[in-house]
Formats: sequence, structure tokens, C-alpha cells
Amino acid sequence: MEATTEDRWQKVVYDTLKKNGVTIFSYVPDAGHRMAIDLSLADPDVHSVALTTEEEGVALAAGAHLGGAKSALLMQSSGLGNCINFFSMITGGKFPFLTILSMRGDYGEGNPWQMGMGKAVRPILDAMGFVTVEITQKDEVERAIDAACTMAFQSGEAVAVLLTQKLIGAKKF
Amino acid sequence: MTSTTKPASPAPNKIKRRPFVAELLKHRGNALVVPGLGSPTWDISAAGDQPEYLYSWGGMGLAVATALGIAMAQPDRRVLAITGDGEMMMGIGSLGVVADQAPKNLGILVLDNEHFGETGRQHGLTGARTDMCKVAEGFGIQKTMLVTEESQLGTLADLMFKQPGPTFAVAKIAITEDPWALPVKDGAAIAHRFRIAVGVEKP
Repeated sequence: MEATTEDRWQKVVYDTLKKNGVTIFSYVPDAGHRMAIDLSLADPDVHSVALTTEEEGVALAAGAHLGGAKSALLMQSSGLGNCINFFSMITGGKFPFLTILSMRGDYGEGNPWQMGMGKAVRPILDAMGFVTVEITQKDEVERAIDAACTMAFQSGEAVAVLLTQKLIGAKKF
Repeated sequence: MTSTTKPASPAPNKIKRRPFVAELLKHRGNALVVPGLGSPTWDISAAGDQPEYLYSWGGMGLAVATALGIAMAQPDRRVLAITGDGEMMMGIGSLGVVADQAPKNLGILVLDNEHFGETGRQHGLTGARTDMCKVAEGFGIQKTMLVTEESQLGTLADLMFKQPGPTFAVAKIAITEDPWALPVKDGAAIAHRFRIAVGVEKP
């Protein structure tokens, strides 16, 4: 799969997750995850799981860990709101958990319906006990995803990586 | 107020959940069992504590998705999700995900008393018009079974533990008054001993 210069960082997201042993990718798609999702679908060495709603990916990640596999949930930040109750399962069971959020309702957002959830993302993550890693520059992607994987899979933390709109660009609509 | 002119259930719910689940689990071999929160968790706990049981105290709606994650990570190990009708309906979309992934090692059993039993037996969603087996078939889970008699247990055990998955069954259970059988609450401890039983963590 060819990455253009513009979305090469998206390929880095996928490659870094895979390098860290992630074999189960679950997703509700967003443009910021297009490349990672397509790469996971085309990769015979990993599972790529389309979800009906984001919280399924939280449970899937817990199940993956229980079975000895590493999982990452790819979703838009709006999907975080669907997951909140189920983060209790992650913290209650001390499950390692990694999600990559492509932000909406963030820097430069042009859709007012996205702003409410966008502003709530960080308070929710704090309230649910997550470690949050923000990426604003393309050249930070590999180090940040590496760091997130280490905290999730070595330290057993719940970790959210925010692909901010400074990184992915804001939608004007 | 809900409609009083409901179509007849296929049969009056008469299966007694506790002995039925205990009998079913005798057939599990080394299968891993993921119960939904509440009564299914108490049922399997009452059948005798096992490290392969992932007791659940919360997260309503995600028993099937949790079981799917385990099934994908452990493709050579049978996994059974046992949940209630309310829990299944809350996470009904997860049947679409299961159908899409088509794990050969996953069985799903819904203990259906057509009520929200845990909270006061309020009217549920599966007693009148909704047929969960048809819903599962519609999602693309081809092997389904409606269980209305305890004598079907042998066939059900075969479907849940032996037949290539994904398989799905609904057991029409009676509303019964069963003593609580509360297992350990510590999620990390439950997960730890489960992973040891699976063989992915050292004791």
C-alpha cells in the first residue's frame, strides 16, 4: 500500500503498533485512521475487526489480553463518549489498553456539533484514569506510539494517543 | 403501559437456569466461559468455581465482545459466552461483529427469561415480538438453536462446545428465585488466574 507524503505518518502509526506486537486492530473508521485500517485489512498476520460501536473495541481489547494478545482500538474522538462505562472494566481488571483517537472538535474545528465531545475528551480520559499522549507533529508519531505501547503493554496502563487536529488537519465542515 | 395482547411465546418458559447451566458446564471440556454480569455470573459460580470462568460484575452489553477477543487470541481453545436477554440486547450489534469475524471456536448462549430479572423483573424486550435466533441469523450466524425443553441439553452442549462456530442459542428459562452465588469481585485477580489457566501468564 503506497503512502503519499501527506499520509506517510499514518503508515508510521500502523508500523509502530505492529512493531510493538499488536495483532488485533479494531476500528470504527475515521479519515485520520484510513491508512492504518487499510494496512491492517491487507495484512495476513493481524486481525482487523470492524465494530458496530466503539465500546465493543474496549471489550475486545480486554478479551485479547485475557487470551494473550495485544490489541489497539482505532476510533474518532467522538467514539470515546460511547466507551465511558466500559473503561470501568479496563481499570477494574487492570487490563492494558491502548486506543488511538483521531480528534474532532479540536484545534480549528469547523463543525459545532463536534465541539462538545471534543472539549470533553481530556476531562473524560483524566476522570477514567488514562495516560494521555498527544501528537501534534508528524515527526513525533513513532516515538509517541512507542511510548504509548510501552506504558500500555509493559506497565499495564490504559493509554489514549490523541492524533490532534494540528497533526491531521481540521475539517472546516 | 405495555401491550397486553402479546403473541404467545413458543412455549411457556420452564427451564430452571441453575441446574441447566450446571449440567451444560459438565460438557465444557477445557472451554473458557465468559458470563454476562448478574445472574449468568451467579449461575456459573454456583456450578462450582473454576479459573476458566471470567466472572463479570459490570460492563453490561459486552460479554460477547469480550468472548470474541478471547476467541481471536486463543483460536485453538473453545470459548462460550453465557449471558442474559437484556445484556444480549444491549450489545446486539456485537453479533454483527461475530458474524463478520466468524470465529470457529465461539459459542453464544442467551439465558432468556424475557425480563430484567436482576432489577425487579421488569418487562423485557424478548418475550413478545423479537426473536433473537432470527436476529442472529439475520446478522449471518448460521447455526442457531431455540431451547425450550431441558431434554435438548445434549444437542445444545454439542452446538456450544463442539460444532464449528460461531454458534448461537437461546434457552427460554423460567423466572426463578435462586440464592446468590457471588464469586470473587477483584477484576484483576479474576483476570490474573484466568490468564494463568489459559497459559499466557506464569503463576
